[in-house]
Amino acid sequence: MATTTTVGLKSHTVEDKWCKGCGICVAFCPKNVLELENEIVVVKRLEDCIQCGQCELRCPDFAIWLGGK
Amino acid sequence: MASTLVKKYFREDTLPHIWCPGCGNGIVTRAIVKAIDSLGLDKDDVCIVSGIGCSSRAPGYLDFNTLHTTHGRALAFATGVKMANPKLNVIVVTGDGDSSAIGGNHLIHACRRNIDITTIVFNNNIYGMTGGQYSPTTPTGDKGTTAPYGNLDANFDLCELTKGAGASYIARGTAYAAKQLEKYIADGIKNKGFSFIEAITACPTYYGRKNKKGSAVDMLQTVKESAVMDKAWDKLTEEQKEGKFKIGKFHDVKKPEYTEQYGKLIESFNKGED
Ligand SMILES: Cc1ncc(C[n+]2csc(CCOP(=O)(O)OP(=O)(O)O)c2C)c(N)n1
Ligand code: SF4
Ligand code: SF4
Ligand code: SF4
Ligand SMILES: [Mg+2]
Repeated sequence: MATTTTVGLKSHTVEDKWCKGCGICVAFCPKNVLELENEIVVVKRLEDCIQCGQCELRCPDFAIWLGGK
Repeated sequence: MASTLVKKYFREDTLPHIWCPGCGNGIVTRAIVKAIDSLGLDKDDVCIVSGIGCSSRAPGYLDFNTLHTTHGRALAFATGVKMANPKLNVIVVTGDGDSSAIGGNHLIHACRRNIDITTIVFNNNIYGMTGGQYSPTTPTGDKGTTAPYGNLDANFDLCELTKGAGASYIARGTAYAAKQLEKYIADGIKNKGFSFIEAITACPTYYGRKNKKGSAVDMLQTVKESAVMDKAWDKLTEEQKEGKFKIGKFHDVKKPEYTEQYGKLIESFNKGED
């Protein structure tokens, strides 16, 4: 299921059916916004997100993106 | 649910793809799609052709004209497509084995003809699909299932190879620097001639495990740290180059393109010239 997290004007969506828990988005996020929980990414600290798009850029599974559903 | 990009250009019902967790193939595939998107090409004007391998499965997920062919022969099929319909933007997606082992001959001759095809090699330094046999780009000394004591062969530098063979646009990028890769692919598509883009990527499952390269994250980190832009590369000593590789746009020249030359020949016949 796709989950959208919103803080102010920022939102991030994760399609957990596609996330394979590789950790790439978590490791290369410059602001430590993301975490893995039960091998699925969760948007933990969206308030710190600078909307750089690196998570979406490198997710090999197209499972995380900026914006809503 | 999917992002706008995925909805527009992917066959959403085929996802999730079969690639292993953290495999770089998805990153490179997305870069190709972003490059096409940045050029504003109509989906019907694009044909993506692949051979066989993990990387060659990419077109199956993409909503363009797509052709999944036989091992090593993507460029032969792509040449046919381009000759039959020169207006199509023909893009070949291939692996290091597909393009430079079994398909090496097709590669050099496509370069030599300078036919207007953009080829993107997903170079993961291994035969991923068949379980980790060494390929012509496996670094000397590295292991594969067919090289348990380390590969004795010297590895190809595919950018030098294609330059020698006559390609008109050549660049090397990485799955880490995916935005830069996207730019190289877009420039390659714009080039009227044979464009070769080598995308350095990672196979954590076979190359990674065989060579103790760590997790998918570790491997992408290594790609990031080992890639040096060509200008900085030239300033490194031989010692500093150890374990590193150069990236950048290496070659960009104008020369006669094959389908154009062929078109001129046909036109001369139609005019009754001999
Ligand atoms: C004619 C033929 N020979 C051998 C094979 C077996 N085979 C399938 S994929 C492959 C190698 C794939 O390596 P590469 O092109 O690097 O792609 P990757 O899986 O690493 O993306 C081989 C040898 C085949 N399918 N057909
Ligand atoms: S957009 Fe940038 S800062 Fe925000 S979560 Fe993604 S990688 Fe982190
Ligand atoms: S990069 Fe993609 S697949 Fe990997 S953990 Fe993040 S969202 Fe999941
Ligand atoms: S075997 Fe290697 S190349 Fe193939 S999908 Fe898995 S990680 Fe990717
Ligand atoms: Mg390979």
